[in-house]
Amino acid sequence: MSTRDKVIAIIAEQAVLSPSDVTPDSTLEDLGIDSLGLVESIFAIEEEFDISIPFNANDPKESDFDISNVGAIIAGIEKMIAEQS
Amino acid sequence: MKRVVITGAGTINALGHTVPETLEAMREGRCGIGQLEFRDVERLAIQIGGQVRNFEAEGRFNRQQMSLYDRFTQFTLTAAAEAVAQAGLEFHGELSARAGVVLGTAGGGVSTWDDNYRSVYEDGKNRVHPFVVPKLMNNAAASHVSMQYNLKGPSFTVSTACASSNHAMSLAFQLVRSGAAPAMLTGGSESMLCFGGVKAWEGLRVMSKDACRPFSANRNGMVQGEGAGVFVFEEYEHARKRGAEILCEVAGFAMTSDASDIVMPSKQGAARAMAGALADAGINGDAVGYINAHGTGTAANDKTECAAVADVFGPHADDLMISSTKSMHGHLIGGTGAVELLACIMALRDGVIAPTIGYQEPDPECALDVVPNVAREAKVDVALSNAFAFGGLNAVLALRRV
Repeated sequence: MSTRDKVIAIIAEQAVLSPSDVTPDSTLEDLGIDSLGLVESIFAIEEEFDISIPFNANDPKESDFDISNVGAIIAGIEKMIAEQS
Repeated sequence: MKRVVITGAGTINALGHTVPETLEAMREGRCGIGQLEFRDVERLAIQIGGQVRNFEAEGRFNRQQMSLYDRFTQFTLTAAAEAVAQAGLEFHGELSARAGVVLGTAGGGVSTWDDNYRSVYEDGKNRVHPFVVPKLMNNAAASHVSMQYNLKGPSFTVSTACASSNHAMSLAFQLVRSGAAPAMLTGGSESMLCFGGVKAWEGLRVMSKDACRPFSANRNGMVQGEGAGVFVFEEYEHARKRGAEILCEVAGFAMTSDASDIVMPSKQGAARAMAGALADAGINGDAVGYINAHGTGTAANDKTECAAVADVFGPHADDLMISSTKSMHGHLIGGTGAVELLACIMALRDGVIAPTIGYQEPDPECALDVVPNVAREAKVDVALSNAFAFGGLNAVLALRRV
């Protein structure tokens, strides 16, 4: 499974949706994921890829990690994985 | 002052997953204590406990709830559902705004602490699930009950070791009696039957390896249990107007502190709590037919408690019945007073006195009618429920038949 598919699977599980309902354009708000759901998704992504995402729930917009939509999250994770290897 | 009655009861514990199952087990003198089953149990010197069996939490709660509910919260919500269903109350409008929930627990989410310490210390992981804190906090159960039933009045958690539930129920009683709340959910819950939870108790060397035998001369310590008890305390007129079934009246309470020792109980502290509860209820000692004892099965508690009963009741101590149901469900620590209140309700409402099982040899220092081994039928008008905690914090409730 590609990084993109794995991230979508994690987000879809959190949103209790089928992966096919989660597209790169979807925002977390569209998917009904609240702040608690977001930190849980980030935890699951960190566990899956063994990375550490610079995300501060106190001020998500100031974090060095773009969560504006699913596509941005996937791009951020792909970049971190590339930097790690 | 308002009168306070109990209109709903719920429980889950080693004797049953509901109140009827639990009371049936108490009537039959059944023992819920057995071999503990969890990870690393073989490394424990103490391997028995009153564990809740066949509790399929996954079937009751969805995935998101499971990630937020420690076992002590799962027990609480299970018991609360039974209690609220029996009471038939729906919380909206004025009732919702003023009703709340006060619960006792000593340890809160002990297995959440245990699992996550294991993960970071033993397994060397550097990351824990984001819900560890909201899952383990002592008020998690009370908060989830408030959310489940729309309780927007006073809600909080009381933590006074083995007296947590009795302190919680005493406070809920005060809130209803004073008119501050028309109804309160109250009781308590505990779930420390995991490796770390039992290992900590083992350290004190007060645990029995074979059975909890309160008041028996050959008793050799306490046995832990787990579970929850939740009740609906309701203002009498509020309950009467809506035709609710009344299980019994909560007539009075008292809380005292020994102010002497962190683990050894005091006769005076226990006696002042029992006498205080009777005075608060305006009841004479000779009206008391049954006492649900703290009765832990330790040398220290049982003789101190019996001496305190003798001091408070004088010659009437020989006429009343006193039993410890911990012999059957184990010591639920912060949840114990809540489950034991069920034995008082059974005595008052059904006229059945739960026995002290495992009783083998009379102890001259516990020379009271401890209802040994077999339940008994008797008409009881007033019952007391005792809880005497580590730290010398005592809380006794007085209950009356309605």
